[in-house]
Amino acid sequence: MADWSIKDLEEWNEKIEALVKEMGLDCYPQEFEICDYHDMLGYQSYSGMPSRYPHWSFGKSFEKQKMVYQHGMGGLAYEIVINTNPCLAYLMIDNPLSMQILTMAHVFGHNDFFKNNIHFSQTRADLALEMFKRHANRVRSYIEDPGIGYEKVERILDAAHAISFQCDRNAFLRALTESDFRKRSDNKAQEDKWEHLTYKNGHQNVEVKPDLEYDLILFIRDNQPFLSEWEKDLLTIVRDETQYFLPQMETKIMNEGWASFWHYTILNRLNLPPNIHMDFIRSHNQVIRPHVGGLNPYHIGYCLFNKLAGSDGHQIEYEINKQIFDVRRIDRDSSFLRRFLTQELAQELHLFEYSTQGNTTYISEIADKHGWEKVRESLISNIGLNSIPIIQVKEISSKNELILKHNYDNRELELKYLEKTLEHVNTLWANTVIIETVIDNQPTRFKYKNGKFSRMADKPENKL
Amino acid sequence: MAIFRDFSNQKRDRSAGDINRHKELVKKNLQQGIADIIAEEAIIGKSKSKTIKVPIKGIKEYRFIFGKNQKGVAQGTGNEQKGQVLQEGQQGQGQPGSGEAGNQAGEDIYETEITIEEAINLMFDDLELPKLERKKFLEVEVETNRRLLGYRKKGIRIRLSKRKTLINRLKRKNAVKDTLEEGESFPFNNNDLVYKKTVKDITHQSNAVVFCIMDTSGSMDQVKKYLARSFYFLLYQFIQTRYRNTEIVFIAHHTEAKEVSEDDFFHKVESGGTYISSGYKKALEVIEERYNPSLWNIYAFHCSDGDNFSEDNKAAVETAQQLCDLCNLFGYGEIKPDTGFSWSGMIDEFKKIQSDNFISLQIRGKEDVWPAFKKFLTFDKAQFQ
Repeated sequence: MADWSIKDLEEWNEKIEALVKEMGLDCYPQEFEICDYHDMLGYQSYSGMPSRYPHWSFGKSFEKQKMVYQHGMGGLAYEIVINTNPCLAYLMIDNPLSMQILTMAHVFGHNDFFKNNIHFSQTRADLALEMFKRHANRVRSYIEDPGIGYEKVERILDAAHAISFQCDRNAFLRALTESDFRKRSDNKAQEDKWEHLTYKNGHQNVEVKPDLEYDLILFIRDNQPFLSEWEKDLLTIVRDETQYFLPQMETKIMNEGWASFWHYTILNRLNLPPNIHMDFIRSHNQVIRPHVGGLNPYHIGYCLFNKLAGSDGHQIEYEINKQIFDVRRIDRDSSFLRRFLTQELAQELHLFEYSTQGNTTYISEIADKHGWEKVRESLISNIGLNSIPIIQVKEISSKNELILKHNYDNRELELKYLEKTLEHVNTLWANTVIIETVIDNQPTRFKYKNGKFSRMADKPENKL
Repeated sequence: MAIFRDFSNQKRDRSAGDINRHKELVKKNLQQGIADIIAEEAIIGKSKSKTIKVPIKGIKEYRFIFGKNQKGVAQGTGNEQKGQVLQEGQQGQGQPGSGEAGNQAGEDIYETEITIEEAINLMFDDLELPKLERKKFLEVEVETNRRLLGYRKKGIRIRLSKRKTLINRLKRKNAVKDTLEEGESFPFNNNDLVYKKTVKDITHQSNAVVFCIMDTSGSMDQVKKYLARSFYFLLYQFIQTRYRNTEIVFIAHHTEAKEVSEDDFFHKVESGGTYISSGYKKALEVIEERYNPSLWNIYAFHCSDGDNFSEDNKAAVETAQQLCDLCNLFGYGEIKPDTGFSWSGMIDEFKKIQSDNFISLQIRGKEDVWPAFKKFLTFDKAQFQ
């Protein structure tokens, strides 16, 4: 049985919240739900949302996490907190009091981050729960529609999930739409002081081509004339939900680092009874320990914020550098690492870069004087959305083929996955899909047509 | 001030629907690979209730991901040297978990435990099973179990009907209640006791016998035997799902044939030449002795590498023809693991057989067993529809 009651939590929370304010954190109102491990697994597989549309992938995630948990390989989060206003967090009933206190403080760190980090500014936290609920209802209504049904909905959702990350990576720095472009180029034309000197062939709108389209789902939704309204709606739903989660993917290290930094700072000022304090130190070290052979975002983020705040890692009472508040406002993982991961820190974190050649994996760079910048760049290219290839829509050919282009950055696409993903794109596009990429340093095109995936013989004419 | 809400004892299972759907998809996946698992040697001959662990490839959520040329970053112990080899192994296995989900072609392997019977059923589901012909007089009365019917005065203690007994006592007590003094005990009487009666349940069932005829001559090596064995295993299991009473007869032959035990059938190698007809003659004898075709559905299958002494060919074809006349289905499988040019001609010889319940198959390797079996059955289906 738990060694605490709700009342204990409320008392500790009062003290934590007082410190949160005193320290200058700026949070949404906070709500905690206490739930058992089964619900916790449930929330984990539905990204913390109390309500989400049905899809087997959530069931898969649940089963996987349950298996991991039951085999004692961890896997169960101490807490789940979601970006909503009021901020909603789940505490697991089986955790001891020390853990709950740590978790609550940690949650306030996330809460502050959600509210203040600029990349979350587009997520509309106060409507989030409502949005997911509405989406779930809409998807269910399509499933229940006798003219549509589960299988058809699943088919579209499967396909939409496959390309959901092929989108604008930074909602905050929204790419210009075609009409924006037109406006801009019109303006430019008017500003041209020498315009009257140039020869003009009657009045013509300047032909503008939008920049390559990044948002695959939206592009298909708006350019595939045979999609039904409900299909378009499903695409919109998947896209909107992805947009909501993107900032979390893009700030994983910062977000966890920030929350870990604050739970540590707050708990050290809480005057915990010695036994709870010991538990807290143990749990804290557990959370931020380096994962040898992997990456622990908690560890990396915590170390960076600790350094920025001016802590030497041992001292408890020190003047916290207020700069960290600006960092948590404007940065995301890639800029955060690029700005603040120094050689010293990279060495401290024992970062190294590995490559695979043939069947052998070897260490290709270590964080020494010569290599640390490469290690850092490699790290940045592996986090958040950077670990997902950029695929853009190049054009629609005269035969109504959808031509995609992979933005090759020396990382090749995985061909088996390429085939299956193109199949999904083909499901949505309902016509041939072609992708341009680079394999073995050769520009290569692949085609998915009539259920068949093939490498196209000819080289594309344009240089990649 | 934060709000706390306790939902821990609210039992809800929101994920049930999605979990079920996922299981359905996994099961579909399992069905596709089940033939390989069933053909594993370790399973053959094991009891059907034994559970086996089956790896299932997870249902992948495909996206565009990076493949080759991808570098990763990880945290180490600080003693790493440039150029140090971390892992040597198979392609694609070589990445230490880089903590980033979704950027590797990692395989989700689930392991599920199913009984051999379930596995077999799964596999047969895949076949859209033929409704095998039920011969009219094939049904035999079989006493399957006993069921309760009515009551009797005598019986064994275990079948005592407490309810009826109690009612009887109450009746008796009611009849004399005016004469009873307060507090006087009123014990059970032997006449109160009532027992449940059971009757034998007779059901009508059809019988099947499978003749496994195998060439055990010197030229049938372990590989060939293994292939034959997998095939027989499938056949036997299949017949078992169709008929409650299934008997199996193992006949091994080289130049002579004899009925053998399962163990001998699969393990004993004899040397010598091959008279295929000897095996068939033996099968005919056994049918004559024990399995009247009007009572039994007879399936016969013969595996051989096709090397027959040529002087026996005529006799073989003749006896095969006789077997066809008696059997529901008679199959001949020629096992040639090597790519062999010498597809010596029993298959050609058997083309002379006119019966339409005869089928000949070729099995080259493990991967052929299942298709061959399928062909065998779909043939059966076409036959009896």
